[in-house]
Amino acid sequence: MSRFRRAFAAGSLALLGLVGSAQAEIRWTFPDPATPLAADTLHVHNLFMTIAGTIFILVFALIMYSVMVHRKSKGYKAATFTAPRTAKQVALTLLPFAGLLYIDYVVFGIPAYHAVLSYEDSKTNAEMVVKVTGSQWKWLYEYPAEDIKFVSLLTTPKEQIHNQAPKGEHYLLEVDNPLVLPVGKKIRFITTSTDVIHSWWVPAFGVKRDAIPGFLREFWATIEKPGIYRGQCAELCGKDHGFMPVVVQAVSQPEFDKWVADKKAAVVAAAASADKEWTKDELMAKGKDVYEKVCAACHQTNGQGLPPAFPALAGSAIVKGPFVDNDGRLVKDGHLDRVLNGKTGTAMQAFRESLSDAELAAVVTYERNSFGNTVGDFVQPSTVKKLR
Amino acid sequence: MSTTTAADTHAEHHDHPAGFSRWLLTTNHKDIGNMYLIFAFVMLMVGGAMILTVRAELFTPGLQIVKPELFNQLITLHGLIMVFGAAMPAATGLANWMLPMVIGAPDMALPRLNNWSFWILPPAAVMLVTPFVLGLAGIGTGGADTGWTMYAPLSVQTGWGMDFTIFAVHMLGMSSILASINVIVTILNMRAPGMTMFKMPLFAWAFLLTAFLLIFIMPVLAGGVTMLLMDRHFETNFFNAAGGGDPVLWQHIFWFMGHPEVYVLLLPIAGVIPHVISAFARKPSFGYTAQVWSMIAIAALSIVVWAHHMFTSGMSTGAQLYFMYSTMLISLPLAVLFYCWIATFWRGSISLETPMLFALGFIVFFGWGGLTGLVLADAAADAQYHNAYFLVAHFHYALYPTTVMGAMAGVYYWLPKWTGHMYDERLGKLHFILVAIGMNLTFLPQFLLGLAGMPRRIPDYALQFADLNMASSIGAFILGISHLLFIYVVIKCVRGGQKAEARAWEGADGLEWTVPSPAPYHTFETQPVVK
Repeated sequence: MSRFRRAFAAGSLALLGLVGSAQAEIRWTFPDPATPLAADTLHVHNLFMTIAGTIFILVFALIMYSVMVHRKSKGYKAATFTAPRTAKQVALTLLPFAGLLYIDYVVFGIPAYHAVLSYEDSKTNAEMVVKVTGSQWKWLYEYPAEDIKFVSLLTTPKEQIHNQAPKGEHYLLEVDNPLVLPVGKKIRFITTSTDVIHSWWVPAFGVKRDAIPGFLREFWATIEKPGIYRGQCAELCGKDHGFMPVVVQAVSQPEFDKWVADKKAAVVAAAASADKEWTKDELMAKGKDVYEKVCAACHQTNGQGLPPAFPALAGSAIVKGPFVDNDGRLVKDGHLDRVLNGKTGTAMQAFRESLSDAELAAVVTYERNSFGNTVGDFVQPSTVKKLR
Repeated sequence: MSTTTAADTHAEHHDHPAGFSRWLLTTNHKDIGNMYLIFAFVMLMVGGAMILTVRAELFTPGLQIVKPELFNQLITLHGLIMVFGAAMPAATGLANWMLPMVIGAPDMALPRLNNWSFWILPPAAVMLVTPFVLGLAGIGTGGADTGWTMYAPLSVQTGWGMDFTIFAVHMLGMSSILASINVIVTILNMRAPGMTMFKMPLFAWAFLLTAFLLIFIMPVLAGGVTMLLMDRHFETNFFNAAGGGDPVLWQHIFWFMGHPEVYVLLLPIAGVIPHVISAFARKPSFGYTAQVWSMIAIAALSIVVWAHHMFTSGMSTGAQLYFMYSTMLISLPLAVLFYCWIATFWRGSISLETPMLFALGFIVFFGWGGLTGLVLADAAADAQYHNAYFLVAHFHYALYPTTVMGAMAGVYYWLPKWTGHMYDERLGKLHFILVAIGMNLTFLPQFLLGLAGMPRRIPDYALQFADLNMASSIGAFILGISHLLFIYVVIKCVRGGQKAEARAWEGADGLEWTVPSPAPYHTFETQPVVK
């Protein structure tokens, strides 16, 4: 017996040591809350951990006491009771359950009622709206009132992911276009998806909401402090589920206004570029850029894809086939149609909303004339604008 | 003439097929129980090897060992195999072995059905794993990669590993339903004379309720996966909004099965634990009636709380409040069970043999799993825990102590009855220590990872999660090793060891201890009478 106890003690110490040695920057609770909801949740969490921890330690102590004292090896004779007998014992038996119900329905139940109502009330006094669309494997952000929309993509280089380069500070939690939001405003978020279910989560905001294809869901946040907040997709959405982070840049109202103005100017410039005539080299260069950001995750940089889930574009009949018919109409299931509208039931999504005319034209041109494909034609942004 | 001789002579009258056909054609509950337990252990090893590959990948940040596509298959198959391949067959194995013995029956009521319900399992397992193995060899799209929850539309979009999974689920469900029918018929009809329902051992009650739950929920899952199959191949739109369907419908169907499933895994163990602690505390079970009614309440409540798995899907406020408050209610009957278990060994005369250690370990660790479930029930706070590692840690604290430690408590407790030998007590205790260390080292860090913001089911993670993931991976490998030790202990015990007496444990009570160890091939030729 004593040998067993020594072994157990040694084991426990080893456990503590291992956990202890991994102590560098472990947080024992949530990130610092940046919204009222997150502050609420943190409070509930701390209260809960205190109560649950206390219950656990008390019961554990009771168990350990019994195991150590009521021991056959110490000559302890077993009692025979199988139920409470006296009124006092019955009362003592019922007491912990009354306590449990009190904790469930009063200590947690009442604040939880208010928290749920508050969490779900995204409309009252909402000052602006942001639409969040999940898409394999990126986030599309839209500001309907400001008429701005853009795609937010992971920027961590492949070399870092494959351990060929040292990892940066914000490894896997960095994007090209963060969601820029003003502080101090109640923002109503609307979520949806173009393909499978995603879930938008920023821990510092205390919110997580699924993005469901074909449906709109909503939540809200009032960010109290400027800063950069990072989160991730929280619903398994396929191959690159782990590689679609959320980055929010919270700024003051004047900074936000300036950002909106700049972004709108860029939209105007993009629209103008759709009307001009592009050279093939310009299209190929831009197309390569778009392809590697948007398409290469599935179809691979060399266009070989990962068949059968993600078909090769090199030598593909669709890519090599015509995309407009003789009357200048979009060919159904042709190359441009596939890129614009996706293919239902597969991972191939519609890029109609997330890419501009110039980007669509460029990427289609690039695919038709790369990886050994030599269709030779090229697509003007103005053509895409007309056909979409 | 002694009874033993009579049984021996009787056994000779039967023409036992030898070799493989003995196992293929057997209708004996002990043979079938053995096959269930061995099958469950093999599946535990397969599912374990898969998750150890995952933990090895997660040992450090970056992609090292597996690609994300393979990672998703590994976590999916790990979940499906552990739940349907390991945990449920292990419980059914215990039921097969012990149910006739604890109620004084000669065998299960429907022996051929019993044979069938087992022999559906291995083909189902092969079906589940085949696309994965083919995928490794470069053929096809690999196994299902949607997580064991198979959420639509991802499960509509993915490759044909999903179709194999759908048919495997059909077969697993069929096996469960057949086994459940057998359990119910056996308990209701074959109890020893004098054994009324409320004199029946808690073990039998637990399996009776589990069987009813399974018959209630498995057809729902079968219907759900069939709808999935239709959506995938026959142009229906159950889960496709563009065709008038709703992806969230799948979640409702799945969790209508999935939540009671948690109790399908828990209840059998809640039936094993009172027997074990009562034996090693040398004191009768406390609050028998309260335990029975608590188990009934748990079974009933478990089928009306499913959507607490879906708080972030954006349900109406009213639905969230209902599912939050009804979920909290389950804590009450569970607390009654804990109270009764602790009161059973309180002021007993305790000795700490391996089964008792596993039972106590189950109570403590499952206790923490249950407590953390309370805060997940808070629909608003759940947004922060859901699909983060906190959730992973919570349900592994709920399921590992139950399905593995609880089942181990039962296996060690009845091993002398099954083999006729005592197992190696020293190695048994070492096994427990490895499990206790491994389990906590694996899953405690995961609570903290969740709080820090790490989502589940990601093959690579940000740098701030590195230390805790490393600790968790070390723990997982300790757990893996502990199971190798277990198989050594069992083989050693089967081959020999100190001879076990009929009543192998001094404090053990129940009809199974009135027959010799090992138990004769046919247990009760004449029914014992219970007073």
